[in-house]
Amino acid sequence: MSKRQLILADGKVFTGDAFGAEGKTAGNLIFFTGVTGYQEVLSDPNYFGNIAVMTYPTIGNYGINRDDFESSIPFLNGMIVKEVAQYPSNFRNEETLDEFLKQHDIPGILGIDTREVTRYIRENGSQEAIIVDGHVSVEDALAQLKENELEQIPVHTTSVSKPYIVPGEGERVVVIDLGMKHSILQELMKRQLHVTVVPYDYSVESILRFKPNGVLLSNGPGNPEDVKGTIETVKELMKEVPVFGIGLGHQVFALANGARTEKMKVGHYGMNYPVKEVKTDKSWITTQSRQYKVDQSSLVQTDLEVTYVSVNDGTVEGLAHTSYPAFSVQFNPEGAPGSNETNYLFDQFTELMQQNKNNGDEK
Amino acid sequence: MPRNNDIEKILVIGSGPIVIGQAAEFDYSGTQACQSLKEEGYTVILANSNPATIMTDDTIADKVYMEPLTVEFLSKIIRKERPDAVLPTLGGQTGLNLAIELDETGILEEFGVELLGTSLDAIQQAEDREKFRALMDELNEPVPPSEIVNTVDAALDFADDIGYPVIVRPAFTLGGTGGGMCDTREELEHIVKNGLALSPVNQCLIEKSIAGFKEVEYEVIRDQKDQAIVVCNMENIDPVGIHTGDSIVVAPSMTLAAKEANMLRDVSLKLIRALKIEGGCNVQLALDPESFQYYIIEVNPRVSRSSALASKATGYPIAKIAAKIAVGLTLDEIQNPITETTSAFFEPALDYVVTKIPRFPFDKFVSGDRKLGTQMKATGEIMAIGRNLEESLLKGIRSLEIGNGDFHLPKLEKVDTDDLLVRIQHADDERIFVLAELLRRGITLEEIHDITKIDNFFLRKLQHIIDLENKIKATPMDVEALRYVKQYGFSDLQVARIWNQSEEDIYNLRMQESITPVYKMVDTCAAEVESKAPYFYSAYENENESRVSDKEKVLVLGSGPIRIGQGIEFDYATVHSVLALKEMGYEAIIMNNNPETVSTDFSVSDKLYFEPLTLEDVMHVINLEKPIGVIVQFGGQTAINLAEGLEKRGVKILGTSLEAIDRAEDRNKFENLLETLDLLRPTGKAVSDKSVVVETAKNIGYPVLVRPSYVIGGSQMEIVYHDEELERYLNKIDDINPDKPLLVDKYVTGIEVDVDAISDGETTFIPGIMEHIERSGVHSGDSIAVYPPQRLTDDVKEKCLEATAKIAKELNVIGLINIQFIVQDGDVYVIEVNPRASRTIPFLSKVTGVTMANIATKAILGESLQDKGYETEILAERDHVYFKLPVFSFEKLRSVDTTLGPEMKSTGEAIGYDADLEKALYKGLLASGIKIPFEGSVLLTVADKDKAEILPIAERFHSLGFRLYATEGTADYIKENGGYPVDAVGKIGTDDLNVLSLITKGHVQFVINTLTSGKQTRSDGFRIRREAVEHGIISLTNLDTVDAILSVIESTTFNAETIDAYKGEN
Ligand SMILES: Nc1ncnc2c1ncn2[C@@H]1O[C@H](COP(=O)(O)OP(=O)(O)O)[C@@H](O)[C@H]1O
Ligand SMILES: Nc1ncnc2c1ncn2[C@@H]1O[C@H](COP(=O)(O)OP(=O)(O)O)[C@@H](O)[C@H]1O
Ligand SMILES: [Mg+2]
Ligand SMILES: [Mg+2]
Repeated sequence: MSKRQLILADGKVFTGDAFGAEGKTAGNLIFFTGVTGYQEVLSDPNYFGNIAVMTYPTIGNYGINRDDFESSIPFLNGMIVKEVAQYPSNFRNEETLDEFLKQHDIPGILGIDTREVTRYIRENGSQEAIIVDGHVSVEDALAQLKENELEQIPVHTTSVSKPYIVPGEGERVVVIDLGMKHSILQELMKRQLHVTVVPYDYSVESILRFKPNGVLLSNGPGNPEDVKGTIETVKELMKEVPVFGIGLGHQVFALANGARTEKMKVGHYGMNYPVKEVKTDKSWITTQSRQYKVDQSSLVQTDLEVTYVSVNDGTVEGLAHTSYPAFSVQFNPEGAPGSNETNYLFDQFTELMQQNKNNGDEK
Repeated sequence: MPRNNDIEKILVIGSGPIVIGQAAEFDYSGTQACQSLKEEGYTVILANSNPATIMTDDTIADKVYMEPLTVEFLSKIIRKERPDAVLPTLGGQTGLNLAIELDETGILEEFGVELLGTSLDAIQQAEDREKFRALMDELNEPVPPSEIVNTVDAALDFADDIGYPVIVRPAFTLGGTGGGMCDTREELEHIVKNGLALSPVNQCLIEKSIAGFKEVEYEVIRDQKDQAIVVCNMENIDPVGIHTGDSIVVAPSMTLAAKEANMLRDVSLKLIRALKIEGGCNVQLALDPESFQYYIIEVNPRVSRSSALASKATGYPIAKIAAKIAVGLTLDEIQNPITETTSAFFEPALDYVVTKIPRFPFDKFVSGDRKLGTQMKATGEIMAIGRNLEESLLKGIRSLEIGNGDFHLPKLEKVDTDDLLVRIQHADDERIFVLAELLRRGITLEEIHDITKIDNFFLRKLQHIIDLENKIKATPMDVEALRYVKQYGFSDLQVARIWNQSEEDIYNLRMQESITPVYKMVDTCAAEVESKAPYFYSAYENENESRVSDKEKVLVLGSGPIRIGQGIEFDYATVHSVLALKEMGYEAIIMNNNPETVSTDFSVSDKLYFEPLTLEDVMHVINLEKPIGVIVQFGGQTAINLAEGLEKRGVKILGTSLEAIDRAEDRNKFENLLETLDLLRPTGKAVSDKSVVVETAKNIGYPVLVRPSYVIGGSQMEIVYHDEELERYLNKIDDINPDKPLLVDKYVTGIEVDVDAISDGETTFIPGIMEHIERSGVHSGDSIAVYPPQRLTDDVKEKCLEATAKIAKELNVIGLINIQFIVQDGDVYVIEVNPRASRTIPFLSKVTGVTMANIATKAILGESLQDKGYETEILAERDHVYFKLPVFSFEKLRSVDTTLGPEMKSTGEAIGYDADLEKALYKGLLASGIKIPFEGSVLLTVADKDKAEILPIAERFHSLGFRLYATEGTADYIKENGGYPVDAVGKIGTDDLNVLSLITKGHVQFVINTLTSGKQTRSDGFRIRREAVEHGIISLTNLDTVDAILSVIESTTFNAETIDAYKGEN
């Protein structure tokens, strides 16, 4: 096995052995704390452009299967693990993690003290990092990392380029796709909704032409301030139809209502984040994958109220508009990987659409 | 939601004596719960009859009742204390069953006592197999096809319907008592009969076997706001079919994809919500390896064995949190005690692999049925943490203290492959070693998988270990190879075997090359949040997280897994030593590997290293922490055995010196010691050559006692009466290792006495002496003992004191010393000196009020006893009488002979105390699980040597109004010499009423049987004893025990007498 290095923007170096694809890769270094779920992490568009450190030490145990992808192509740039299972064992297993990464041109490093890296990120914050071969000097690597920073807006890649329809018998929902996970689509399909998925830059008029009963702002990667157009679209849409935002969609919804968002020192990537619903005072375990948060203090001048808070630090986890039927959550109610115990939110959204439709009919 | 202010005083029910299936984990959870409730300001009243626990220390609860755990006594406590509430969910199955019974008597309602934690309905729904199935139907959750039966016939009919194999599971029993897998009609008939007898409600479930599925457990917690989380999931390496308590288990699960894990998580949460449990709950599931099909195996609506494991595996203290939930707090408002910044409402994320391996008693019960099944047999367990499964597993293997700690049992090398393959088909306690041996022989994974159904993922990992062994074989002393395999948990010993070097060589090479482990923290959150827990494990990685303080430190070694002979008592002493060190201002560091105990609660010590207790692993901690020394005298033989190696590597052993330990344990030195001090001992000899044993015995004179040296709990110890018996013994044991000779001693009959003392080398203080009820020959751990002594004269006590003081002084004992004496005709013989904490420390500490381990620890660190007011004396005796009674787990251990002898067999102990001797003993017997029948019949069948002694016993039973049955020889003897009515019964096999059918039909209440095992283990005597145990009939094998029980019956019942019976008395 050849050596490989993980070099952080601040010059910190960790060395391990190569696995996955050949070559180098750069990205924002984050850590994922779930014990399972690596296949979802690989394919969840929220991980676009990231290098993920997997804190659980043995990754790939159950291989890669046909069903658990969150998108049709993986978005992760690199993976850092302690150990990779060479011989996965699971009835759905089709190939090894290593084979998959090779296939999709994703380099990885194994044999690193991943706990050390995690602690380093915790102390020093997430930052850009690069995976390079063992012989590359730190200076060269850092130079290459700089070049890489000329970055495009992630949503441009993770959103669809053309609208598509998944027909259903129920309400019509338009999904503004910022990088939607498959599981969200599945939740909508489970509720027999008639789903139209549109690109992030689709205009208000074109969206309304689908006569939606509601609009879902999907999850997605990156900084919400980057998708200015979408923010503007949401401002208009929420006056017309019920809106439900998830993840990046939640942040966009907040921005559309005049709140601010900010980057977190360390992102939340895992499946054990506790949130509490303010109204019912009841807490739930959620899956999250995000680097940004809504700034609580910025909510004062807005028409937003906080519906969910983090149990640990009280930060914003969910919002609702005080007059429009529009709400959003920071976490992933669809789970995948992990708990989907908050997927009642999809029911609430569906009901909201139904009510709104009925009200509309009465008008 | 804030704490419940309607209640003030809470009665906590403990789990009582330790038995297989209900062990030290309930001391850990009970202790946590009591402390947790006190923290919230409640008054805690504790009922627990187990004196060996930390839980029953008077600092843990406000008031401690060490009374029998029966409805009668609990009702008394309730009437006296008037608690507002009772918390039964932390006392195991015992606690739950008692709650149900208490409720049925109406006393809870009468005194307005609220039941905390889980409602009775929920308990019933989870525990009653029928109600449980109904609930599963309602929830649409799958259970294997099954039927509840109350008769054997119904069982057979159902099995004919669904086909064999089937599983029998009795309702309301612990650890699968009485259950089992049946491949045939005959087996079913046998097991179901037994199961019905053992179930308190005469109910069994007959269920389709789903053996071979993955067995997965979820530890779940829920609060009154209906918030619920999964603390941990665990996967059994041994698939369904082997009790989880007997399975090797990993946490978290390793072969489940996120989707499967989440599916089972959802199910578990659904169940705890449906049952409305407020507190902890354990859900056991079976998952088809080939599909998403799963079944619910069972739900335990309480804190369980697995929750102790889950707590240690994750750092999340389930019992502590469950107690707070029981009094109304909710998860979101309770703090996570590990991070101290986040809330208790979260699910721990693990960044290591935990392995639990059960510890079985078959090193002791050589002839016991070692096959594993649905009934638990392990007495204890170890846990190991590593950064990969190989490391975790290998650390676990060496924590077991089986063989020399290597992943290799030399004896298996001689076994045929075919025989080994048979052994994995019916898994037994050595399965993991058998698998290793088969893999070494090149048997394919496919073949092994086909036979065992163990998931290929796990088999691959075993294969990897063997591959690594093979790979490094060719390059002895290669540094890179060594570095590599160390990451996978290879011990120096294992490497030394492969390279044909000494362990020392490997260790030295590593030190030279700085191949040493670092320590990682167990922090519940995979390093995401900064944590405060001083809880560490080793790994061969880069970054060390265990920061060494500049305080003076002392390392205390724990006692490892609980096994017969080395039980929870040693954990008790360890914990007190740690607490004493903290009091003195030292940094107290503990090393141990037992997940069930209080000592491995990270909040007990200043620092906890959860590590194997081997020389290598201990040295690593010492090299890092540089303590002023190590205390080995509280960790039983496990810790004592490490002393020599540690000292050789330059480590300071605190307290009694290694040399003194050796002088007490080495047979020749011991003899010299007693000779020098002019003390008596039974004549005896150490023999290193098998061929001269018989001659030696002849010279000493039969009966003699034979045993290997350096053992604890009297392993392989027997009293033999003649040559033939001795030969048989010699055939049974391995060859004699010249370093550990065989000891042959004259068997001295007399009163056995246990003395525990604290010494600082000058002063030797004895808090109390204990006298055994049974004459010498029954292991001190298995005999009923009483404090204060009842039959010893002041002169004898004085002699004991003198001898103890002399020995302590001569050995310069600093700390604890335990001496066992036999008193015969006023003479005091020394039979054993243990320069360490003994099994009796917790009992004595509690009954005398002297916290012995605490004072001893202070002496060890240089404090003088005299300065603290202690003198060389026996502390004035208390007025009350205190009995310590052994508790056995014979129901769980098929084919184990129940005869009491010099080899220890009990798993736990109970206490009984009162002002009056008989009352105290009565309570003690009750606490130990013996419900004394005051009338009925008794079956007597005794060996010839005991016939004379049986007469007065028979007479006493007779005058108490018992009907006497006896086997022919015994009956004849009684008739001839006693002249009162006795019914002779036929031998086994005679078809009318015979000695076995009396038992199986329940016609007798007592069986008194002293027949020795004879030539074959399956002798008549053996079968009689086993049948009695299996039918829950009191079976006594020692006439002194019978005598004591008779005196209890006599003092509490009325005889029917004629009017002139008392005539001559004035
Ligand atoms: N239907 C079944 N087929 C095969 N094995 C079973 C079945 N049900 C239970 N078992 C095995 O028996 C063990 C004990 O059963 P369980 O119901 O958990 O009893 P306990 O109360 O003793 O824990 C389980 O751990 C499992 O391995
Ligand atoms: N010489 C002897 N005569 C009679 N009984 C003995 C003698 N030696 C030992 N025993 C009995 O055997 C039991 C176990 O022996 P002991 O030396 O205490 O071993 P252990 O190390 O297991 O405690 C004792 O409790 C005692 O009842
Ligand atoms: Mg069970
Ligand atoms: Mg002894």
